[in-house]
Amino acid sequence: MSGNTPVENAMREKLKASLNPSHLEIINESYMHNVPKGAETHFKVVVVSDQFDNKPLLQRHRLVNKILDHELKNGVHALSINAKTPSQWQDSDRSVSPSPECRGGFGK
Amino acid sequence: MVKNKKVVVFMKGIPEEPRCGFSNAVVQILKMHGVHFDAHNVLESDELRNGVKDYSSWPTIPQVFINGEFVGGCDIIIQMHKNGDLIEELKKVGITSALLEKELNNQKNSKNH
Repeated sequence: MSGNTPVENAMREKLKASLNPSHLEIINESYMHNVPKGAETHFKVVVVSDQFDNKPLLQRHRLVNKILDHELKNGVHALSINAKTPSQWQDSDRSVSPSPECRGGFGK
Repeated sequence: MVKNKKVVVFMKGIPEEPRCGFSNAVVQILKMHGVHFDAHNVLESDELRNGVKDYSSWPTIPQVFINGEFVGGCDIIIQMHKNGDLIEELKKVGITSALLEKELNNQKNSKNH
């Protein structure tokens, strides 16, 4: 699998174990920011799970934040979350829009 | 602090000069709706930055509060903007979104013609 991406791997394992997602993407967007090459600081996750059924967006995000609590407290600085139920994912265009451009605030 | 104004934003940088793309997105959306909000720059104080994260149990910045209630971060505000929920939430606290006003005016005008 992927090379030296311990944080991404840990995030993937945790989300898989907790949410049993039917679709999961973890996109490392750190390169868009003012951080060293290969850094694992800024991520976007796309997670599709039936565990989001009947949960408002805020709760879905809270759930994902909780699962990734350790990572968020230890180096992961930005986490963009796209949390959908399987039927919402079916109905969507399944595209993922990129996060906004960095404006230099990291580490300042 | 979160109740000083109907809409309060904790962000990186100031509305005129956001220092983070996510904070900027939130500011631009609120401006589009014509919302006057209080903004707090968490880059100025670690205490503030950590304090607001603890307060809302939310790990990232920006954070938006409406009527003292934590509403969400950037992803959620974008989503609410897209699906119309933001207009509804603002309405609940007595703020008429500029986007809604514009739409109503358009409707009025088209009736007059």
